[in-house]
Amino acid sequence: MSTTPSQTVGPFYGYALPFAKGGEIAPAGHPDALAVHGYVYDGAGAPVPDALIEIWQPAPDGSRRGAPGSLRRDPVTGAVIGRSDVGFTGFGRVGTDADGHYELRTMPPGGVPYLSVIVFARGLLHHLHTRIYLPGLTDTVTDPLLAGLEPERRATLLAVAHGERLHRFDIRLQGDAEHEETVFLAFD
Amino acid sequence: MTTPLTQGRISEEIAERREAYTKAVTVGAPERSHPDRGYAPYRSSVLRHPGKPLVALHDPEAVELSGPVFGVTDVTALDHDLTRQHQGEPLGERIKVTGRVLDRDGRPVRGQLVEVWQANASGRYAHQRDDHPAPLDPNFTGVGRCLTDDQGAYEFVTVKPGAYPWRNHVNAWRPAHIHFSLFGNAFTQRLITQMYFPGDPLLAYDPILQSVTDDSARERLVAAYDHDLSTPEWSLGYRWDIVLDGPAATWIEEGR
Ligand SMILES: [Fe+3]
Repeated sequence: MSTTPSQTVGPFYGYALPFAKGGEIAPAGHPDALAVHGYVYDGAGAPVPDALIEIWQPAPDGSRRGAPGSLRRDPVTGAVIGRSDVGFTGFGRVGTDADGHYELRTMPPGGVPYLSVIVFARGLLHHLHTRIYLPGLTDTVTDPLLAGLEPERRATLLAVAHGERLHRFDIRLQGDAEHEETVFLAFD
Repeated sequence: MTTPLTQGRISEEIAERREAYTKAVTVGAPERSHPDRGYAPYRSSVLRHPGKPLVALHDPEAVELSGPVFGVTDVTALDHDLTRQHQGEPLGERIKVTGRVLDRDGRPVRGQLVEVWQANASGRYAHQRDDHPAPLDPNFTGVGRCLTDDQGAYEFVTVKPGAYPWRNHVNAWRPAHIHFSLFGNAFTQRLITQMYFPGDPLLAYDPILQSVTDDSARERLVAAYDHDLSTPEWSLGYRWDIVLDGPAATWIEEGR
């Protein structure tokens, strides 16, 4: 069947799509949780304050089934009450702030060294897939994606560790004179 | 002093892009449903699209071939009815919008999350950054959610959104539309798009809709008025089916 075309998320998703604790994928206070943060930039090197980042990953035990409850609701008030700490949903969603910054807290993915990422933004007519590779877990020689990339391209997919549990990962929607564009992926 | 960017100029660029696409298809280029990310008539796209080609990944173990799941704890019974989220009734023309979410093989996408958001009947979003001087409606927020059923069907009750101005060029107006966010069974099937209304005179002027340069693909973004879905003395009905893209292979775990 012929597919339905994509359209931009536009400027006004901010009151509709982000949800409470959308970036808190890890159970509260879990000792193994890791943080990833960074900035989204455009082709002029300016931060993008209206991008939306989604994360999908296996559970720490390697399960890719996910669990419902990312947007768990109070059945009486309808308010989003956030994930329970019982099921690991593997799904996160955060908007960038006025500085183009995002942050999330999650668990190490089981069986793979990366978090899957989708970027939406005003001005972006069709979302982009990329991956956040976690340096402590990644073998750049054997990974089927990283092994095939030139070093400067590969570097755009590698989060930079700042301490044991904090990682920086910037996303450049378009390269500029000084900065390499993030590698974006096509699945077919 | 810079010349104001007119609708005439934008419309010329739209026509040029569409002709170039049609010509390319005539000489053998593949037909494309999705817009080109670098579509200059939509000025905000210029600095926000990659300049390098996407890296094709053929990996049967890719995490992206699976995807998040949602369940009854993620939605409440009233979330699909945008007219019942406040004390009073919203202003505007009450409508029902329904359809099915399918994959490329025509199989229903079951139990997945559909999210919508839209302007009110006056063309104003309940979003703090919307400064269009049209009235807010205290009885309308314009956000809804539901899960698809076993046939892949979704349904929302809402009011018809109004057109609204934006600043892409002088006298730029968005046609009435409802934003849709969809999940498939794989992360690769994720889709955010917009549904339009048939017969809207603004469709031809809008660089966001016209970024879809394939005529039949563009028509797939326009819902059909369905008289059988209209409820006597109550509401008008629109039907809009959605087909998610994504690779033929999706990752299957036993027992899912
Ligand atoms: Fe809109």
